[in-house]
Amino acid sequence: MNFDFSEDQKLLQKTARDFLAEHSPLQVNRNVLESGKDWNSDLWKQTAEMGWQGAAIPESYGGAGFGYLELALIATEVGRAIAPIPFAASVYLATEAILLAGNDAQKKKWLTALASGAAVGTLALAEGLGFPSPASLKTTYSGGKVSGKKIGVPGGNIATVAVVAAKSGSGVTLALVDLSSGGVTRKPTESIDPTQAVAELEFTGAPAEVLGAEGKGHELLETVLDRAAVLLAWEQLGGAERSLELTRDFAMGRYAFGRPIASFQALKHRMADEYVAIELAKSNCYWGVWALENNDPELALAAPAARVSATQAFDLASVEMVQIHGGVGFTWEYDCHLFYRRAKQQGLVIGTASNWREKLVQRLAAKAAA
Amino acid sequence: MDFNDTKEEAEFRAKARAFLDKHLKPLAKGEANNMLSERDDRDSITRAKAWQATKYDNGWAVLTWPKEFGGREATPIQSVIWNQEEAKYRVPPAIFGIGLGMLGPTIMTHGTQEQKDKYIKKMARGEEVWCQLFSEPAAGSDLAGLRTSAVKKGDDWIINGQKIWTTGAHFSKWGMIVTRTDPTVAKHAGLTYFIVDMESPGVEIRQIKQINGGSGFNTVFFTDVKVPDSNRLGRVGDGWRVALTTLMNERASIGGGGGGLRTEDLIRQARNAELNGKPALEDSAVRQKIADFYIRSSGLKYTGYRTLTALSRGTTPGPESSIGKLVGAPMGQEVAAFAMELQGLAGGELGAAQEAYLGSPGLRIAGGTDEIMRNILAERVLRLPPEPRLDKETAFKDIPTGPATK
Repeated sequence: MNFDFSEDQKLLQKTARDFLAEHSPLQVNRNVLESGKDWNSDLWKQTAEMGWQGAAIPESYGGAGFGYLELALIATEVGRAIAPIPFAASVYLATEAILLAGNDAQKKKWLTALASGAAVGTLALAEGLGFPSPASLKTTYSGGKVSGKKIGVPGGNIATVAVVAAKSGSGVTLALVDLSSGGVTRKPTESIDPTQAVAELEFTGAPAEVLGAEGKGHELLETVLDRAAVLLAWEQLGGAERSLELTRDFAMGRYAFGRPIASFQALKHRMADEYVAIELAKSNCYWGVWALENNDPELALAAPAARVSATQAFDLASVEMVQIHGGVGFTWEYDCHLFYRRAKQQGLVIGTASNWREKLVQRLAAKAAA
Repeated sequence: MDFNDTKEEAEFRAKARAFLDKHLKPLAKGEANNMLSERDDRDSITRAKAWQATKYDNGWAVLTWPKEFGGREATPIQSVIWNQEEAKYRVPPAIFGIGLGMLGPTIMTHGTQEQKDKYIKKMARGEEVWCQLFSEPAAGSDLAGLRTSAVKKGDDWIINGQKIWTTGAHFSKWGMIVTRTDPTVAKHAGLTYFIVDMESPGVEIRQIKQINGGSGFNTVFFTDVKVPDSNRLGRVGDGWRVALTTLMNERASIGGGGGGLRTEDLIRQARNAELNGKPALEDSAVRQKIADFYIRSSGLKYTGYRTLTALSRGTTPGPESSIGKLVGAPMGQEVAAFAMELQGLAGGELGAAQEAYLGSPGLRIAGGTDEIMRNILAERVLRLPPEPRLDKETAFKDIPTGPATK
């Protein structure tokens, strides 16, 4: 049994942690929050120089050619630091879609730019409230052009390229749109986590290339979302672990009734429950990244398991972080809200825990019927 | 990252299989060893003893023990591999676990040479069954609050009191008992540990009837039971330290995990049950619950794999392995309740789900309650401060107690 990362991979993780401790302490997140900027573009360039954006991109397309085990560990460190960069939108969603289905020319053009940090990618999926289905999509692709309106696009106001889910005929097409081209209007919208900016993107006959085969985009989209779910789960896991650590440290130092509040069983048991939620999520994340790295069909079950349990863990840890801090936890000055915001933003951005539970049961039921 | 055996592990597994194949029949598909219900039947105890002797004589009985006690000094991962393989065969009930897992190692650590010679081989070979007499009606989670007394009289000790939750007392030859020998000192300081002959006059064993009608445990009454001083394990007053050795050897539940959840079964039940005029499987609340059970259960399964990896690398899994019981036991109760709810109006009729529901509270209490497990995680993993103890420095006789329970 060797269900663990290698020493080299753990060393890479430590390098990432040290790098972010120096270049992305919580103050860097707060600076973005308080300045009204959407991100820290210097940090984006620095992480690209470290090879992070291109971790899963082959060297022939300008990537670092590491692999998914390495990318998962980088993701968890980005999550610990709640780094103010659009890592999930660009790396787990756009890059994965192009890696999976792009032709050679598309890969050469976009993967190289995504790996170097020159491009920022995103996936434009939502159009209204809830989770879109192939039937509900109103954005259309036809004859090299995309038209329609997308909302809540992650990193939408800083992205340079978008994978747009559109309808073409009776099928779904994933269309690749250079956001600097004509026919694209952006409208920044406020985000619950302003360090993960969102925007509305309106396409009016914007020039687009088909990613993969026209009309066959639904399965591709599902695969992209499964892969992103695993990687984002690793990022959520990092956020959850850091939340618990900070909560613990605070509770050890805060005295009430003559004792550290960390000695009260009412709080100890809740922190133990957070620990349990985090461990269950971590084990599902291990399973997920194993399936991702090995391209195993179990990804269909492992991705929802990782996504749901990591969402639950980060939700729990960030909610408890505020509560256990007490009054100061509700202040702008303390850092609890940075995690509270990020946990919710990540818990929604590629579909809620309920969406993913439903997806899981569809797959389990299909498997049981087969 | 993979799930495969190392070369050495694969070789060990093959050796274990070869031995098992020679002596046992593999389980048929869907067949399971019914470990608990068979325990009382004399014939299965005879078969269990015979199988233990066969294992011992061939070097497969006490894998991790030192060679001088009949073991093969196997690594923990080899022990796990053996357990995985043995579980694939039809085996008699495992009635030696408490002795071999906890009591044997305690004698090895604290016993005299004479005690080691007298007891260990017969224990390992399954000739004599052992039981553990720790808990009392008023001392469970707070074990050091136990009240069974031992008073020195000449070369003997006279034991009086009541022990409870004793697995297998009614077919055990020997018991290991913690007693209070000095109530005038602080509670942890006044304890002494003995080996007691369960056939002694004054030992009365009564089976406990559980919520689910089963009787896996006993309560044992001691009335002026005489134990020679040569049966004392460790020094007088050192019983807590000896007891800790026993408790630390309580086997961590490793691998498996998932509380035995079979998602296919839940899905089939939901497909066959009607809710709002359609199959319950089409109901969103039902689907969300099935997914939730599956996700917790896979989390446990892969936590088990992470633990096995630690063992495989020669490191000892820490107290974090307590999450298996803390998650699995309450989930077993929830899954049973859910299965009954699917049955709707007819859900009160006694069947497998109902049996599971009635049996499930025991697993949340035995071997450390959910609440004790949370304390362990909070204090040993998260390093949060221990509970303030009001009774730590007080003489035991002065510690306040509640009224006697039934």
